[in-house]
Amino acid sequence: MIAFTAFRSILQKDVNTYYLKPPNISWGIIFPLSWTLMQYIRSQGSLEIIELLPGLMAMSVLFGTTSMLAVTITFERRSRSFDRLLLAPISLSTLILAKLAGAVVFGMVNAFIPVVFAAFLAELGGINWAAVTIAVFLIAATSALMGLLIAVSAREVFEAQTFSNFFRFPMLFLCGLFIPLESLPRFLRPLAFCLPLTYGTDVLNGAIGNHSLFTANFNFLMMLLLGALLFYLCLCSIKRKWIL
Amino acid sequence: MEIISVRNLKKVYENIVAVDDISFCVEEGEVFGLLGPNGAGKTSTINMLTGLARPTGGKITIAGIDAIKNIKKVQGIIGVVPDENNLYDEMNGFDNLCFCGSLYGMSGEEREKKAAELLEQFNLTAAGQRPFRTYSKGMKRKLTIAAGIMHNPRMLFLDEPTTGIDVESARKIRELILNLKKQGKTILLTTHYIEEAERICDRIAIIVNGKIVKTGTVAELMASVKAEYKLKLVLGSSIVEIKAELEEKFPCCRVEIPDKNTCLLIAGERINLSPVFQLLDRKGIPVYEAKEIQPSFEDVFVKITGLARSLK
Repeated sequence: MIAFTAFRSILQKDVNTYYLKPPNISWGIIFPLSWTLMQYIRSQGSLEIIELLPGLMAMSVLFGTTSMLAVTITFERRSRSFDRLLLAPISLSTLILAKLAGAVVFGMVNAFIPVVFAAFLAELGGINWAAVTIAVFLIAATSALMGLLIAVSAREVFEAQTFSNFFRFPMLFLCGLFIPLESLPRFLRPLAFCLPLTYGTDVLNGAIGNHSLFTANFNFLMMLLLGALLFYLCLCSIKRKWIL
Repeated sequence: MEIISVRNLKKVYENIVAVDDISFCVEEGEVFGLLGPNGAGKTSTINMLTGLARPTGGKITIAGIDAIKNIKKVQGIIGVVPDENNLYDEMNGFDNLCFCGSLYGMSGEEREKKAAELLEQFNLTAAGQRPFRTYSKGMKRKLTIAAGIMHNPRMLFLDEPTTGIDVESARKIRELILNLKKQGKTILLTTHYIEEAERICDRIAIIVNGKIVKTGTVAELMASVKAEYKLKLVLGSSIVEIKAELEEKFPCCRVEIPDKNTCLLIAGERINLSPVFQLLDRKGIPVYEAKEIQPSFEDVFVKITGLARSLK
């Protein structure tokens, strides 16, 4: 009961204090919108918006979740308000899940902004929405966990932002969004298969564009396994670095 | 009844020994102070007791619970007020308190009622709807203390409760601490203000360079330091001329003359005044005032910590 009340309060506090602030709302809308427009204009009509949609959704969710969680946690660590959470009689897992929940919701909302935009330009009836929603949720969760790992290593907010980009951009090029996995140099492929985003993008490609490398279930399983590994790494890092 | 027991507690950060094998216990309902200069290891000790730092060695038992193995169980019955105000700047005072209550599983109705009560008790009702960032330092400190007792903890850990705030706010906070003691709370506080420790603590542990050098009540600590008896005489005329004679006649005394009409007689034991008065009378020097000067707690603290440093 304590865990549930605390979880709900932390989530509610994060949403009200960070995610519903005008700068973050505008970031959440403008970023996916500008990526959508940029890709659409760049393709000069040779690509259908629906072909761009998996990549745009994956990017929106990745950028939304990693940056927000890394920055908000580093900010709370700096102001020491995070200590208040560490002093509460709730497990570290509950605390991490509560902090992740806000970022996941924010990332999922981000992901569906290109969908709203695309709905005006294309027929979206053939999309497997159940698979898309699960994939977006899992991409958001794994990206948020990566944001948390970054936050554990960063002392300042600017460090968190720099670290985030250090991971995000290589991931974008390795996950099959811009360069198909089969065209990647052979030595980079194992790295691509270690990224949860690779499997998330593959589900989105399958659910929206009907072309995927693996089955949706395999992709979900891989994302769950990588998510569990990231969660475990986050727990260990927090115990080691934050409870000195 | 002993509620906090610390045995051979040690904390080493890389190569720095912050807390060096300290032991103490706190009785239920008492205000126990850890008094020491900056960097003595007070905050490290509180952090280990509350679960914000992991001890390198030793044992902590709080309310019969092993606080190293079951810190989450302990955290449910303690309140912590850190040395820095760590509430949320964006949230108002009322919401901050409600949020803190929710972390301990208080229901919505329960925490709203308690938050309103505490705002009133701490004279912050009018500021309750203002964002925390707009509060003065004293108000922030009071709200941080209120947040620490929101869930009605059995014990309260206060780290430097009055550091960096004005005299009036500090006085009010000391009153609040004494009120909490009256309510039966056990309080462990750290401070580097000697006067604060003397005024509000039932017992004090003096900590220097990570080691506890003395523990006891103010009276016990004062008695523990080998006393020097100091007698101040205010005279009608100068005593400079007979200083040598005084020292010769009373070899057990050291004579100091801070100004020409005042004389200090310092000895290791009580001074018999009759022969001193007789000598001064023979010399025609009238004595207007004779007063024994008691050492202050500050003198005792300086002596104890000075002794500790010289031992190192």
